[in-house]
Amino acid sequence: MKLLSLIHPFLALLLAPLLLGVINRVKAVFAGRRGQPLLQAYYDIWKLLGKGAVYSRTTTWVFRAGPVIGLTAVISALMVLPFAGQSGVISFSCDFVVMAYLLGLARFFTIAAALDTGSSFEGMGASREAQFSALAEPALLLGLAALAVQSSSLSLSDIFTQLNLQAWMKVGPAILLVAAAMAVVLLAENSRIPVDDPNTHLELTMIHEVMVLDHGGPDFAYILYGAALKLWLFAALLVNVLMPVQASNVPVNFAVALTGMFVAAIGVGVVESIMARLRLLKVPQLLVGAAVLSTLALVLLLR
Amino acid sequence: MNLASFHNSRVVPLDKTSRLSVADFRRAVVDRVARGWRLAALFGCPAADRRMGLHAVMANHDAPQLAHCSCEVEDAYPALTPDCMQAHWFEREIAEQWGIRPEGHPWLKPIRFHASHRTGNDAWNRAASDPILPCVTDFYQVQGNEVHEVAVGPVHAGVIEPGHFRFQCHGEDVFHLEISLGYQHRGVERALKGGPDRKTLHYMETLAGDTTIGHSLAYAQALESLAKRHAPARAAAIRGIALELERLANHVGDLGALAGDVGFLPTASFCGRLRGDLLNMTALLCGNRFGRNLVLPGGARFDVELLLRSELLERLEQAMGDVRNAVELLWETPSVMARFEGTGRVGHETAVSLGLVGPAARACGISRDARYEFPSGIFHFAHIPVSVWPSGDVFARAYVRWLEIERSALFIRQQLESLPVGPVFNELSALQPNAMTVSMVEGWRGEICHVVMTDEQGRFRFYKVVDPSFHNWMGLAMALRNQQISDFPLCNKSFNLSYCGHDL
Repeated sequence: MKLLSLIHPFLALLLAPLLLGVINRVKAVFAGRRGQPLLQAYYDIWKLLGKGAVYSRTTTWVFRAGPVIGLTAVISALMVLPFAGQSGVISFSCDFVVMAYLLGLARFFTIAAALDTGSSFEGMGASREAQFSALAEPALLLGLAALAVQSSSLSLSDIFTQLNLQAWMKVGPAILLVAAAMAVVLLAENSRIPVDDPNTHLELTMIHEVMVLDHGGPDFAYILYGAALKLWLFAALLVNVLMPVQASNVPVNFAVALTGMFVAAIGVGVVESIMARLRLLKVPQLLVGAAVLSTLALVLLLR
Repeated sequence: MNLASFHNSRVVPLDKTSRLSVADFRRAVVDRVARGWRLAALFGCPAADRRMGLHAVMANHDAPQLAHCSCEVEDAYPALTPDCMQAHWFEREIAEQWGIRPEGHPWLKPIRFHASHRTGNDAWNRAASDPILPCVTDFYQVQGNEVHEVAVGPVHAGVIEPGHFRFQCHGEDVFHLEISLGYQHRGVERALKGGPDRKTLHYMETLAGDTTIGHSLAYAQALESLAKRHAPARAAAIRGIALELERLANHVGDLGALAGDVGFLPTASFCGRLRGDLLNMTALLCGNRFGRNLVLPGGARFDVELLLRSELLERLEQAMGDVRNAVELLWETPSVMARFEGTGRVGHETAVSLGLVGPAARACGISRDARYEFPSGIFHFAHIPVSVWPSGDVFARAYVRWLEIERSALFIRQQLESLPVGPVFNELSALQPNAMTVSMVEGWRGEICHVVMTDEQGRFRFYKVVDPSFHNWMGLAMALRNQQISDFPLCNKSFNLSYCGHDL
């Protein structure tokens, strides 16, 4: 483990909420508003951390464990992710499966905590989350598998260090398909439009937000922070695929990768500004479409 | 059976009204509704000796005319609802208010959850000492594996009025939605008895805050007809302008909110601001964004000066340009149209049998607009084409609003450019005693109907208010059948009904 690989988790923990600020600012500009402060997510998390939490008498330890396990799992998943040409803090064979299932663990406990409240809204949200993530997972895993085939290695760090300009020249179209699938997964996993609307207050239409309705105070701060980190994680995956950094100069590499991260955030903001949300019935079609793109990429690379 | 027919805001002496036996009354209403008439109002009104009068006001939209008939009942009568679905909500109201039992009513439940106005008579034989809690009642239930119930409200996530919605769902699909209101019941109708007095106008302006002009205009029309004095032509034009401005502001706000519900930001943000601009135009007229204190029985409180007129025209021009840009974006964006089209469909026949009114009815292909069929005031002289769209879905309700926005803006411009000269207020004399009038106004939500009866002194013997929401809530429930529960907020917004206008 190199010391330099510690920079990425540090940056992620520090800057992830800023991505939300950038998205919101882009949306505000499109809407002709001034928008909330760029650092609003930080203020919110700080405010929530200072509050007490209220627990319903009908809930058990599962409800309290949800946010904590969710946040821990996402932070752990960040540790295997390479960034800006630096390998992950930990890297081993098949670590991409571990990353995917750490996210799965976070989701499992969020869903379990939602079901633990016994609220019909949260039950609906949990059912939607389970359905959609089951469809998003193949898209992600098949995409990563395609990249693994391309680099003939099973560790994320190796996969992305070997994904360079030469690879793009050789199998660019296949990598582009993976990137497209990842972009859809990014929107779906982070409850962004067109899959979910992070701004809606309507409990009947929400997916992710409705599952965390009963959480408050520090628990909710963990959830918000975990969501920001998850957004960072998926954006970093996308940036790794689309912008393989090659320079030998470490600061330049980081500058390029960070720029990529904020461009991704701006992209999410633009998507949210110019299109409406899909009808819930249509979301599976979008996710299956993403899985098909990943599969196609895998077939092309196996050929 | 022949009933005397009359027109909007005409006075009928009470002794000339058609009083029928219960059987004839029932036949008269059921026959007419079967022939395409619509039940504009059905209500109970105390008669002599603790007996109750049942009054029906029916509207024929095909050959515009109104008809009224009444009968006397004691504690029960054979319900109209099995033969005439439009009576469903009205009969529940009558049962609750007066403790009269409509025998054979298929779903007899309270609608506002208050004690009977006739102490001792209760349609459900509840003891007087039992507290009546809102929405504590049996709901329609679907049983079986995988069927689940979702209860929403009365406290909602947004800043909206309280109401309770009970869904019977199978996964994401809605089998049935039952709507239960009453949280906003204030007892306005009873407070109006013995009026008009200093408070009456303010009650009217707050029956439904977003329909201030609509309801105060219906009230003013009723008083003017009972006092046999028209409002001056200039006042009629100003009131028409205010009514259409109210329609513009609310329709624009609704289109923005529809865009917001599908997560389409551009239109949502711009329409939010434009609604404010349009409300500010009403504020220029009278100093209040919702049009309070503008309409008076006898005319208008404020005149439109020359300078104000050009200011209004200029602002209207500017706002409509922006509205056009923001709204046309909706129809041009495929992701928005995919959400609007086919969602929350109400069939033409359902709409007819429920007696829907306003944009909700016109979006089902029903040509029904009180400004056209039952014109009053300025609408005698200036006709606004009726905006109809056949598909009955969220798109139709949105598109009808857009058509009405364009036509209302044109109307406002024409009226501002050709305002009649003269005074804006005529002092009203005493009201005609022992008379009845039906006053209708096409508010932005649909037909507002006020039925007024005076006593020997010319005071209000009885005042009945029917807000368009009263007809349309059932339409929303039907629109949700076999829909996705996640589309409820969108469907709800496409109707945008009033809770307080219903609860009164």
